[in-house]
This record gives sequence, C-alpha cells and structure tokens, in this order.
Amino acid sequence: MRLIERFFSVIGANTIDRVWRLGFAARFFLAMLSHSGETFRRPRLLLRELYASGVLSLIIILVSGLFVGLVLGLQGYDTLQRYGSSEALGILVALSLVRELGPVVAALLFASRAGSSMTAEVGLMKATEQLAAMDMMAVNPLARIMAPRFWGGVLSMPLLATLFTAAGIFGGWLIGVIFIGVDEGAFWAQMQANVSFRDDVFNGIIKSAVFGVAVSLIAVFEGFDAVPTAEGVSRAITRTVVTSALAILALDFVLTSFMFRGL
Amino acid sequence: MNRRVMDLWVGVFVVIGFAAVLFLALKVSNFSASSFATTYEITAKFDNIGGLKARGPVKSAGVVVGRVAEIRFDPQTYEANVVLKIDSQYQFPNDTFASILTSGLLGEQYIGLDAGGDERMIPAGGTIAKTQSAIVLEKLISQFLFNKASEGKKDAGAQ
Amino acid sequence: MIELQGIHKTDEILRLMTIPYVEINGLDFAYGDRQILSGIDMQLPKGKLTAIMGGSGCGKTTLLRLIGGQIKPDRGSLKVAGHEVSRFNERELYDMRRRMGMLFQFGALFTDLSVYDNIAFPLREHTRLPESAIRDLVLLKLEAVGLRGAAQLMPAELSGGMARRVALARSVALDPELILFDEPFTGLDPISLSIIATLIRRLTDALGATSVMVTHDVHESLAVVDYVYFMAGGRMVGSGTPAELRVSTDPYVYQFVHAQPDGPVHFHYPADNLDEQLLAGAA
Repeated sequence: MRLIERFFSVIGANTIDRVWRLGFAARFFLAMLSHSGETFRRPRLLLRELYASGVLSLIIILVSGLFVGLVLGLQGYDTLQRYGSSEALGILVALSLVRELGPVVAALLFASRAGSSMTAEVGLMKATEQLAAMDMMAVNPLARIMAPRFWGGVLSMPLLATLFTAAGIFGGWLIGVIFIGVDEGAFWAQMQANVSFRDDVFNGIIKSAVFGVAVSLIAVFEGFDAVPTAEGVSRAITRTVVTSALAILALDFVLTSFMFRGL
Repeated sequence: MNRRVMDLWVGVFVVIGFAAVLFLALKVSNFSASSFATTYEITAKFDNIGGLKARGPVKSAGVVVGRVAEIRFDPQTYEANVVLKIDSQYQFPNDTFASILTSGLLGEQYIGLDAGGDERMIPAGGTIAKTQSAIVLEKLISQFLFNKASEGKKDAGAQ
Repeated sequence: MIELQGIHKTDEILRLMTIPYVEINGLDFAYGDRQILSGIDMQLPKGKLTAIMGGSGCGKTTLLRLIGGQIKPDRGSLKVAGHEVSRFNERELYDMRRRMGMLFQFGALFTDLSVYDNIAFPLREHTRLPESAIRDLVLLKLEAVGLRGAAQLMPAELSGGMARRVALARSVALDPELILFDEPFTGLDPISLSIIATLIRRLTDALGATSVMVTHDVHESLAVVDYVYFMAGGRMVGSGTPAELRVSTDPYVYQFVHAQPDGPVHFHYPADNLDEQLLAGAA
C-alpha cells in the first residue's frame, strides 16, 4: 500500500514539475521573442549563427540525404517491380522525401548536430558565469546570445530540409535511373505529374519551419536552464536531443493529420 | 573565424538552399504558371459523383484545364453540386458534356469535359446542363448479374 | 585605541564623516525555506574600499548579488546612490549597471573573444566612440593592469592570474562609480595575489570609486581595505577598520582573523553524541 502511494506521489510530483517547467519555458520563449529586435538590427550576430547552425550542418545533411535517397531507390524499386510499377519509382522517392523524410530526418539530424551545439554553448556560458557577467555589464544575454541562436536555427532549418530532400531525390535518381536502369523520362514525368507544389512541397517546407522553431527553442532553453556545472551541461545536451526528437515526431503527426487529411 | 570567409559560406548556404527550393518547385513538382493563374467558376450537377474529390483535375481532350473546387450536396434536389474552377484562357460552349471518368482502370476520378457546338459560351458562375454521373462498380456488377439472370430465365422459359 | 564592538557606534562615526554611496537597512533574503540573510545593516562610503568577510556559507556572495541587482531582497532597503535598487525596472537596472563594474570569481571572460575584444566589449556596447578611441582606452586599461602585451591572446591562453587581471581591466573599462569584487583572491599564487590586491587599491583611488570586496582572504585584504564588515550565519557580527579588527576580542572576529579551527564557527558539523552513535552501531 505504502509502495503504491509513493509510486503515485512520485509520478504526481514529476508531472507537476514538468508542467511548471513547460510554463517556465513558455515565458522564456515570449521573453526571447520580445528581445529579438537586436538580432535583426545587427546582422552580424545572425550571420554568425546561420554559419554555426546552417553551414556547419551542411555536410551531414547532404550526405545523409543522399544515402536516404539511395536506400529509398533500392527498396522502392525492389517492391515496385514486383507489381510491374517500377516506373513509379520517381513518385515514391519524391513524395516520401518531400512530405515526410525530408523535414523529419533533417530536423532530427539538425537537433543532434546544431541543437546540441547551441545547448552546449549557452550552458557553458552559464556555468562559467559569462551570462551573469554580460548581464552585469548591462547587456541582456537573451538579446545578445540566445535570440540570435534561436533565429539562426529557425532560418536554417527549412533550407537544410530542402537540401536534404533534393539530395535524396538525386540519390534516388542515381540508383534508379543510372544503376538499375529505370526509364529516366518516366521517372521525372510521373514524379512531376504527381507531386504538387502547394500540397506537397510547400507543406513540407512549413513542417520544417515548425520543426526549426521547436528544436531551436528547446536547444536554447535547455542551455539557459542547465545546472551550471559540467555534469549539468552534459545532461542538458542530452535533454535537448531527446526532447527535440519527441517534439519533432509528435508535431509531425499533428501537422500531417492537418495537411494531408483530405488527400 | 575570419569574417569574410564566414559571410561567404553563409551566402553559399542560402544560395544553394534556394536553389534546392527551385529544383523542387520546377523539376520535381508541377508548379506551373497556371497553378496561380486566374480562373472562373462554373457548376455541374451530378446524381452520383463516385470517388471524385476536391482538387481533382478537370480535363478536356485529356489535358488539365482546371480543378474541382468544391463538392456540395443539394438537399432540395438530392443531387451533388460540383463547383469547377476553369483556367480563364479556356471557354466552353453551353452544350458541353461533363462526365466523371476514371484515370486508368482503378485510378483517381476526374471530370472530363466534351465540348459541344453551341456558339454561346458558359459564363462565369454558369451551369453545365448535360452531365453524366460516375459509374459505380457495385451497380455495374449487380446490373450484369441481373442481365445474366434474366437471360438464363429467358432460355429456361424458351425451352 | 578605542575598543569597538558591534556595528552601531562605527556607523554613527561613518555617517558623520562621509556620504554613503550604498546604504543597506534591515535586509532579509531567503531562498525557499533557507534564510540566507537576516537584518543586514551596512554603509559603503563613497570612494572607499570595503571588504565583506566571513566563512563559507555566511551569505556574503548573496549580499553582493543583492547590491548588483541580480536578486531582489525579501525585506529591507538597499539604496545605491540614493535609489532603491529593488524597485528598478529592467531599464533602470541596466542604467545603474552601466556605472558599475563587477569582477567575477574566476574572471568570467568571454571565451570566444580575445583579451582586447573582451575589454572593448562594454565600450562598444555602451558608447559611440570610434574604434580608434576605443583602441586607446583598451590599451590604457591593459597598461594599468600590466597586460598590454597580451592584448591579442585568447582567454584560454591566459594563466589564472592573468585572466583575473584582464577581467579587472574589463570591469573598469567604463570608469565605474561602484565596483564589486567577488572573491578576487581565490586560487591565485602569492605574487598574483599581491598584484591583484594592489591593483584593486590603486584603481579604487584613481577612479574615486566605491569598491566592495567579498573575500575570506584575511591577510591580503586587511592590508589594502579601508573598512571591513564581518558576517556569520547570514548576520552582521562585527565591523571596523583593519587596525581595529586585528586587536578585536569579539569571538567571531578573533577566530577569523587568527585563523582558529574552532570557536563561534564550530569545527564539528552538528551531529549526535559520539559514544551513543558508536554504541548504536555495535548493538
């Protein structure tokens, strides 16, 4: 009996703690948004963050995209040719990437590479009192350190997702047309006829933008909220990656059910 | 990190990012000028729309000339009112035939327009008078079975 | 030689002599259930270097953070240059901080900026001076702490003492009226210790600033400060000039100044009777 009591009280305390933290994160988000003016008035700040989250993630995004495309091509061909529909390979590769794999996988990779790096930077600055020092020098760290990182992530994410998708389609084409020998004309023609810009490509871009906001917010917040010790920072980084992954997949479900409901 | 190099790389990043978007728009999807071209609406009434969905294509002579905008049920006439958005550059005569056809054997359904010979064109907001509903598979099969059964009876009766 | 015990007599004399730049009355602060500060009264006269001393956990760092406006007190008044700090909004707080400098315990230099850029940071943020003027100022500040040659180094390349000196230069970049020092002597070798202490004294005098130093280094601080406040367990337990403190017979002060392991600040962490605990284990 005592055990069951403890079980529930622990869950209850945990839940309350998590809900409180969610509220705290929401306040942080609003505070950061209101201090975002400086980010756009000083392009140098934003540029540095675009470099850190966007450019430095290019390699992993492009290479992963290529590999995902290659695998899609292989697996797709294997299944389609059994029903004599190997000409639909273009459609398969394109729609899978544009609607789902592009935004989701790119966001997961972004969270692991750029998100964790953002958390580490902010967390370490907190642990070494650099954030406090900046605050004491009458410069708001929200405006100078966190908002630029957030916006850098938000702006980089859709571009990275699109690049991932493009690399993937290239990979699918490479395997399908070049190596296996699917008809090139059919590959592109069927793809073009069945991929709608407004319904598929545009929705995919919106998804990646939403993921960008979620991941960047989580990354910066976890760094801001980290316990200011070495161990605290490493735990914050882990939390960023895990929470981002869950958020991405949950948001993906929500967005997909809105966007692709009628089709 | 040298500032110039960083600026250069960010520039490259943004450029290839937009290039990828362009690639997706032009090479991968059917983003053509007519997606955002001007259109006008006309209505067609059907007894049964079958599997026709909103945003399905409207074709004439096999070429896409518009999209299905809306499908409504008329509680007065118990018919389906289908609103079509036709590309403004195409006009159709008053006696055009609108039928619901299937793409391939089991593919998606679309509206096919057969132009008539009338000199007057359907105005924006006008209605297509002649329509043919979709062929519902179950009805076709039951019709077939019924015919087969009555044939058999006739033979049996004749004997 | 006047035997001075407690705060009140000294306060009166100070009040007659100089105008306090920082005035604290009846300050209380608690973190959750833990009462960190109770009934703190303190006066920091303008242009003087004051030390706040006490053992670990006595609340002195918290007091410093209250003065800087990083946290708000639960009760009591804290006035800097006549303004009640706890009632400041963000803009007013930042206005005050522009006239203030703070030296953090391990320097807290921005690791992605060079020594030069670290010191230039407050100048670039809060003044519209052209780069040439900033350059002159930065080099002069570095010269004052003896590190002009290290201007292009990164913080990671500096030794502890050097980093502390750069941080000191950064804290006085805008010629502040109030300077806060958080444990400036921690972890330094004897030479650096003496350098920092001398620099703190010199800069306070040169700028005419009001300086507050939180420390538990008795020897170095008593050599340079004008006045000392003593804290234990979140309360003010003694104060006086270095000369007075050296000969004070107040138990707290005495234990601290003479570095005695046991006294009002106990050696043993509170625990049960030893014999009982040993016997309980055996049974």
